[in-house]
Amino acid sequence: MPVKDIEEGDAIEPGPPVVVDRYTGGARINHWVTAICLILLALSGLALFHPWLFFLSGLFGGGQNTRAIHPWIGVVLFFSFAGLFIRFWRANLPAQVDKDWLTHADDLLAGREERMPEVGKYNAGQKAIFWSMATLIIVLIFSGFVIWDQYFADWTTIPQKRVAVLVHSLAAVVIICVWIIHVYAAIWVRGTIPAMTHGSVTGGWAWRHHRLWLKELAERHRFKKPEAPAE
Amino acid sequence: MEPSPHTAQSNPPVAATTSNLTEKDLIRRSASTVPPPARQLEPVAKLIDVSKCIGCKACQSACIEWNDTQPAIETNVGVYENPHDLTPEMFTLMRFNEWDNPQTGNLEWLIRKDGCMHCADPGCLKACPAPGAIVQYSNGIVDFVHENCIGCGYCIKGCPFNIPRISKVDHTAYKCTLCSDRVAVGQGPACAKACPTHSISFGTKEDMKALADSRIKDLKSRGYENAGLYDPPGVGGTHVMYVLHHNDQPEIYSGLPKNPRISPVVNAWKGMTKYLGFAAMGLAAAAGVLHSTLVGPNRVTREDEDEAEKLVKESV
Repeated sequence: MPVKDIEEGDAIEPGPPVVVDRYTGGARINHWVTAICLILLALSGLALFHPWLFFLSGLFGGGQNTRAIHPWIGVVLFFSFAGLFIRFWRANLPAQVDKDWLTHADDLLAGREERMPEVGKYNAGQKAIFWSMATLIIVLIFSGFVIWDQYFADWTTIPQKRVAVLVHSLAAVVIICVWIIHVYAAIWVRGTIPAMTHGSVTGGWAWRHHRLWLKELAERHRFKKPEAPAE
Repeated sequence: MEPSPHTAQSNPPVAATTSNLTEKDLIRRSASTVPPPARQLEPVAKLIDVSKCIGCKACQSACIEWNDTQPAIETNVGVYENPHDLTPEMFTLMRFNEWDNPQTGNLEWLIRKDGCMHCADPGCLKACPAPGAIVQYSNGIVDFVHENCIGCGYCIKGCPFNIPRISKVDHTAYKCTLCSDRVAVGQGPACAKACPTHSISFGTKEDMKALADSRIKDLKSRGYENAGLYDPPGVGGTHVMYVLHHNDQPEIYSGLPKNPRISPVVNAWKGMTKYLGFAAMGLAAAAGVLHSTLVGPNRVTREDEDEAEKLVKESV
């Protein structure tokens, strides 16, 4: 079994009840900084996307402030996501099981998870979210620089800026959709959110959704307290 | 009826005059809608007869004076353009080009007064995301309203003529207003008033077209067989028009576009993308709601917890 599926800090707290540490404090802070940036970017970006939503600029202190702050939040998000990328990319590399998992995706959505193949720390859906986010953030930061006229107006031509603003808005729509799926999945699969709030999930959650990961942790004796609890 | 300007040459009224251009005369307002105006103002136009221009830059001086702008003093780099380009402080610019006429072998010095064309279909207004930052009056004037401008630069991307400039001082966009504040009280634009050769005329669009016709006839009689009026239909016509002696090739006048129109990229961005975008985001959210109603939550069962405990017990 490849070790790439175990990330820093992943460990079983044997309990009972069994609790599995999934994200370190650093990873969680990193995640929430990114999340807050993404939400602020969506709100400020949507304010400029359509007149119906221009009122959202009020959240940032008016149109001028929205225009000025949006790109800077983007820069923070870029570096924050880069941190997540460094933490998570290895465990998100494609695996043999992903194909099988995807062909059974309809079973998952229909609530028949028992028919799904066992997966490691991330299933193919989560990997798709991860790589879409990574790709879209690259597209957004680069197209964003092209239309960041306050500092980079002279770097590109007007026709290039037109393409960039179109690409930026399309990529923004896609990343908001990806974000909706990400949030929905976290809510739908009950017990997921504590992974990012408290850093851990229940043993049953790990068994049900990421069995290979749990098995690997057990196999490699990644226990939080190496000495077994006294009987 | 309030004053309606027919010429820039006549002297202004001496008595105090109320503005003839009001909110009620708007036919378009960026990122918002306006009620159809009760009255239609006579469409106005500025006609720039390139063949009469001597490049004196009196129009630039008049523009600076009237609008009270302070263009930076620059360095002479060996060309006549001064400043080097349109800036937030310079709304109009004489552009000079030396053109070798292949037919006659003559070197022609082509001088074009560049500035906002006041398109009937303004790309800047279409692109603008800030409600009321760009407005269009029923007489054809397209104006920027600085207190509503957010300085995003979308107007620059929308404009087919590369006109708006963003100020680094107040972060709002600037361009020629067609002296809307003068036109509102029955006067013509400052540049037209100052032009010593009557190369710049101002009046109703109809009058200006008639004037252009007579000028084109004259130019044709003097051998400029391609003389014509530049009133590009791709942007619905403009309220600043040129008489060009070589109307078949406007590009030679320092890059005046041959068939300007709002870029299809801008149209896609401001049209399709918005509807597709809302549809996609709406569908994603609706799919979530629907799925959660139909399938219900995915919960961890007692058996799952037992299995996990068994596994851990075995390994420990």
